[in-house]
Amino acid sequence: MSESALAKRPAEPAGVARRAGPTAGERLARAAEQSWRPVALLLGCFALWWAIAAAELVEPYLVPSPGATLDVLTGKAGYLWQHSWVTTYETLLGFVIAVAVGVLAAVVMVYSSTVERTLYPVLLFAQVVPKIAIAPLFVVWLGFGIAPKILIAVLIAFFPVVISMVTGLKAVDPEMLQLSATMGAKPWQTFLKIRFPASLPHLFSGLKVAVTLAVTGAVVGEFVGANEGLGYVILQANGNLDTPMLFAGLLVMSLIGVVLFVVVEIAEKLLLPWHASRRETSATTTY
Amino acid sequence: MTAMPKEQTTTAPVPSRGVGAAAVQLADVAVRFRSKKRDVTALSEVSLDVAPGEFVAIVGPSGCGKSTLLKLVAGLLTASSGEVRLGGERVTGPRHDIGYVFQRAALLEWRSALRNILLQAEIRRMPSARARGRADELIRMTGLTGFEDAYPHELSGGMQQRVALCRALLHEPPVLLMDEPFGALDALTREQMNTELNRIWRSTGTTVLLVTHSISEAVYLADRVVVMSPRPGTITEIIEVGLPAERDYAETLGRPEFRAATARIRDLLGAVSAQE
Repeated sequence: MSESALAKRPAEPAGVARRAGPTAGERLARAAEQSWRPVALLLGCFALWWAIAAAELVEPYLVPSPGATLDVLTGKAGYLWQHSWVTTYETLLGFVIAVAVGVLAAVVMVYSSTVERTLYPVLLFAQVVPKIAIAPLFVVWLGFGIAPKILIAVLIAFFPVVISMVTGLKAVDPEMLQLSATMGAKPWQTFLKIRFPASLPHLFSGLKVAVTLAVTGAVVGEFVGANEGLGYVILQANGNLDTPMLFAGLLVMSLIGVVLFVVVEIAEKLLLPWHASRRETSATTTY
Repeated sequence: MTAMPKEQTTTAPVPSRGVGAAAVQLADVAVRFRSKKRDVTALSEVSLDVAPGEFVAIVGPSGCGKSTLLKLVAGLLTASSGEVRLGGERVTGPRHDIGYVFQRAALLEWRSALRNILLQAEIRRMPSARARGRADELIRMTGLTGFEDAYPHELSGGMQQRVALCRALLHEPPVLLMDEPFGALDALTREQMNTELNRIWRSTGTTVLLVTHSISEAVYLADRVVVMSPRPGTITEIIEVGLPAERDYAETLGRPEFRAATARIRDLLGAVSAQE
């Protein structure tokens, strides 16, 4: 909007209010206000861990001290980095495949009730089967390489993607669809301009669940049979009663999950600014 | 229902004036919904002719099939019997020569006000320069100037409904269908929207079918008011308002024609609810 347009803006009619967005300072204050509690809780847990180790309440080979864990994290950073990269790679590849297949399956199911009636119960059944229990089978079939890890990550991450995408595609305002019918919209126009964008907030909430589950899937795959990756690191450390390394592996693994989650959330904010800002306002208003 | 003789003076269908004379024509239309338990008759024996450029308001209690009637005209629903014609052409499927406004603005949250209005043009593949010019004109007409780049969540209910109205008028449809467009607005905004709609209707010359719960809104805006009764929805009476097209809000509300028409409609609706 140009300055001249602003200057020429007529007196606003009654009942008109354009809400101003929060300033950077306000946003920071709100973020601090929202996050101090979980941060405090986390710090409390670390303090407790430190206290238990320092007082030697538990044998150090059962619970290593934070210091010993930190020593491993810094001293064996190269080793951890190398295996973290393998796990991250498997996770991301599994996640991307799960998203691609999941979104496609959801679209097909929403547009064809026959496919939905055929596929949906089978998907539900497949979700009930514990993926961890079939992991050994994948190792038998696919060997000790990267393939079975990716496959398990895909299978675990797939379900939340499909469910959220189906929900999103079906949650479209029916009046919006009627409106597009009066505009003479072709089905692909309705899909591209209305249905798909409207489903994205739902999809992203599914993606956040899926990405953390993908980490679990990759590690489970590594547990069953691998010679690299964080799952392998933890299993090795466990065998050697090397609890500082075990704790270090756990911390790095959690960190990967958190970072991937945050990346998805940032992507959501960038791709759906309209959704994020609406959520900000809805945090203070009740509908 | 049958015990009460219907007034036949104004409800009798106008003998066919030849195809194409009416902008909207409903001839003995009935709509029945079949559910597992029972059949529901939403509309029955509805006959109505709306002349080109005419403003017709439809009032009636909830569940009398007012919205169903609009959907029939738009081709979003099919009549169980009878015939619906739009611009002289029989309605058999969704029609594109209309504009539709719902009670909720139904805007796309990820599009600015202007781009929401232009959705109509994109889907219809209107030449972009023409669409843009027409959009600017409508934005000026509805007082949206300065809000083109605002997103729906930044707009008040009245402003959102203005955007929906602009979108419905972008392709210059011969018929505008409005389903309780101001039902969710506060009283003050509603009056203002009524005044604006009256002005827009006069300047565009569009035929308007407006469904509303507000008797004064109906009388203030319309040339004729269709009063309906519920279950099954039928036309009880059609009231000629008899006010000039250009209407000042406060002045109109004080006129004897306005008071006579609202009193008559209130009587009819009272009689309708007493029958239940």
